[in-house]
Amino acid sequence: MTTFEPGLAVETRHLRKRFGEKLAVADLSLAVRRGEVFGFLGPNGAGKTTSLKMLLGLVEPTSGSGALLGAPIGDRATRAKVGFLPEHFRFPEWLSARELLRFHGRLLELPEAVTRDRAERLLGEVDLLDAAHRPMRGYSKGMLQRAGLALALLGEPELVFLDEPTSGLDPLGRLLVRDLMRAMRDRGVTVFLNSHLLGEVEATCDRVAFVKAGQVVHEHAIAAAAGDPVSVLLRAGGLDGETVEGLARFGRDLRRDGDEVHLAVDSEDALPEIARWVVSRGATLRHLSADRVSLEDKFLEVMGSDQRPG
Amino acid sequence: MRLLAVTRLTIEEAGRRRVLHATLLCGAAFLVLYAIGFHYIVRGIEHEQGPMAAVQHMFVRNLFTIVGLYAVNFLMVMSAVLLPVDTLSGEIASGVLQTVVARPVHRTEIVLGKWLAYVLVIWGYLLLLAGGVLTIAYFTAHALPPRAGLGLMYMAIEAVVLVSLSIAGGARLGTVTNGVLAFGLYGLAFLGGWVEQIGSMANNEATRNIGTIASLLMPSESMWQLASHQMQPEFLAQMRISPFSIASVPSQAMVLWAVLWSAAVLASGVIGFRKRAL
Ligand SMILES: Nc1ncnc2c1ncn2[C@@H]1O[C@H](COP(=O)(O)OP(=O)(O)OP(=O)(O)O)[C@@H](O)[C@H]1O
Ligand SMILES: [Mg+2]
Repeated sequence: MTTFEPGLAVETRHLRKRFGEKLAVADLSLAVRRGEVFGFLGPNGAGKTTSLKMLLGLVEPTSGSGALLGAPIGDRATRAKVGFLPEHFRFPEWLSARELLRFHGRLLELPEAVTRDRAERLLGEVDLLDAAHRPMRGYSKGMLQRAGLALALLGEPELVFLDEPTSGLDPLGRLLVRDLMRAMRDRGVTVFLNSHLLGEVEATCDRVAFVKAGQVVHEHAIAAAAGDPVSVLLRAGGLDGETVEGLARFGRDLRRDGDEVHLAVDSEDALPEIARWVVSRGATLRHLSADRVSLEDKFLEVMGSDQRPG
Repeated sequence: MRLLAVTRLTIEEAGRRRVLHATLLCGAAFLVLYAIGFHYIVRGIEHEQGPMAAVQHMFVRNLFTIVGLYAVNFLMVMSAVLLPVDTLSGEIASGVLQTVVARPVHRTEIVLGKWLAYVLVIWGYLLLLAGGVLTIAYFTAHALPPRAGLGLMYMAIEAVVLVSLSIAGGARLGTVTNGVLAFGLYGLAFLGGWVEQIGSMANNEATRNIGTIASLLMPSESMWQLASHQMQPEFLAQMRISPFSIASVPSQAMVLWAVLWSAAVLASGVIGFRKRAL
């Protein structure tokens, strides 16, 4: 019997899924702490959706094991504490959002009154009260996505899986999703976000895992980004060798390329010092900028150029 | 109960679908036509006199009542296969079931919930149409077949056989494959039934075996045979002059077989659905 760490919201060990010839997930080992907003990043076809479906019991793993909230995957009681927004949210079209929530309230075995109260509150939060009585076949893409979010939150879950929640949403819709995720985080809910929208992940997640061909190839803490190196670019006329060498004390990886100097420093605080030094040496400072390594750079670096869209 | 939540939603859904409305419309049209037809048939034979008149009247009335129930049987078979044919396969294909299965519900409950819903819907339909036929027969001709309750019970079991097949097929197959398979099996049983009857009249052992095998493979037609046999007066059934008087009456063991068969088919559907990637 494998035991799982109860402090983890999601834990997987060597999960693998093969559809006939096609290996969708090769070897997935993950640990997501409770309360974390976790980004699961990867190109199309990397196996994000399949991984999530294995965790939720929609797809049976070929091998490997995993746990949600400390209980092995497939445990039914645990699913009451888990919310899920599928990649393509589908629903019986003739139902209204309110009726859909009522049905799921019954599946969760919530008392009718509790379901009703929660449904009204959630429909308000996703700004759907006006349309809540209409059949969902008449909803726009954004309205459906919001109905799906309300549905995911109906059980007041401790852990929520969102599979590309903002796909097809306009900027306002995206903002709403972002706010909902922040609110979840504030309530201590663990969020597992599948996405390939780097900006979205950067803005909302504490930590990300890059997945490629069904394998985690890199993990990256965004909250700790304050300690990450900042890359500095300096352009100046009349740079002499001594000036450039003197820059070395501000950071690492010093590299000169004609008029340009590249340097990695620990924080932006070093910039004024750098400017003072260059000017005091009599050089003409034309450009000085600092960039954090963006998630996008990291993504491209990790995925490599061999990656074809899958 | 989660199973009942699924049943309830499925019945509500069936109630809103056009296919059920069409089915009900067909049923209503059939009943109107039947009432008119019965009315004129009774008028036609009323004036006949003679020593055998009473028996003839009885024969015609009973025959026409059973003809009506035969049509009901046909409509019921159609709806028992077609109404549930896509309830699982359709929701699997579209992804509607993803959020449902992610709830603390057992996959078995989803299959059984849907099965129960359609059994109830088809039973309701049967009761409505067969009740209509019997009411019409009673008021136009004062004719009620004997053991009508027992007959309806056999038809209700036939409905269970067909709904189980359609639901189980939907758990494992695509909608079209499922429909083709269900009607194929039904056709096989239907043909097997007739081969058996004709063979029995000619005392042909081989054909009788063919019929038995067909009934074992798909015990739907044998339930109708039992129903129609029960609903004829004894002497008419023995005279074998009506197309519904059967030469070889399925045994009571066939009823047990139909129930077991349904349970086994449904179980295979449940097992298939439990493993299915959604
Ligand atoms: N049911 C299935 N049968 C066969 N192959 C499948 C099935 N589901 C997924 N795959 C394959 O597994 C691989 C991973 O698919 P998956 O949907 O998990 O990727 P993803 O990372 O979610 O991609 P996207 O970003 O496009 O949503 C793909 O190559 C896909 O074609
Ligand atoms: Mg996906």
